[in-house]
Amino acid sequence: MANVLLFGRFADLAGWRQRELAVVSLAELRDFLASGYPELATALAGRGASVAVNQTVTRGDRPLCPGDEVALFPPVSGG
Amino acid sequence: MIIVQTEPFDSAALLAAFMREAPGAGAVISFTGITRPHSAGEPVIRLELDHYPGFTEKGIAAIEDEACARFDIGAILIVHRYGSIGAREPIVFVATASEHRRAAFEAADYLMDQLKTRAPFWKKEHGPDKTRWIEPRAQDYADLARWSK
Repeated sequence: MANVLLFGRFADLAGWRQRELAVVSLAELRDFLASGYPELATALAGRGASVAVNQTVTRGDRPLCPGDEVALFPPVSGG
Repeated sequence: MIIVQTEPFDSAALLAAFMREAPGAGAVISFTGITRPHSAGEPVIRLELDHYPGFTEKGIAAIEDEACARFDIGAILIVHRYGSIGAREPIVFVATASEHRRAAFEAADYLMDQLKTRAPFWKKEHGPDKTRWIEPRAQDYADLARWSK
């Protein structure tokens, strides 16, 4: 199980902020989101979207271990 | 030092405390960012800032480290709020101290440009009857690019 966190607009698109999901890779997570949350999946594939595993930004696919924290978020904006 | 908090802050009190802790400095600069009561011609009642505990602090710390390496700075304070922030309330405070003024001015300018486009927050504007997610503007990315020349 991966602990999936959504931030900003992505949480609004999915209607949730945190879920435990039985996925073993980022690719499987993307497939899961594409089938249940097409708007989120499209946004996730868009410019400026980021994925962090255990609070480190990552690109492409990678396997997920039980308990991994996966954060999906749109472009950040502080100040 | 970095403080990420939901509570409002008093810029004058933060600046006074910062100056007490930077006694050897010859120059102190402070910047306060305030939530504008309007955006693109629409009234704004409040901002809602989403953040990612731990990750947000790490992201800001990386920016602070870069500023320390790049400018001859004695001390840096960054205070950034999250949660619900009313229009006209301070949202971000940056202070820098250095021996001579140029480094403090430049470091504060650098920190703000970096925070606008790189600090892990997500901003939602709440108007009287609608909400809107805000992403960095083209000007923010242009400001960031000034530092890569």
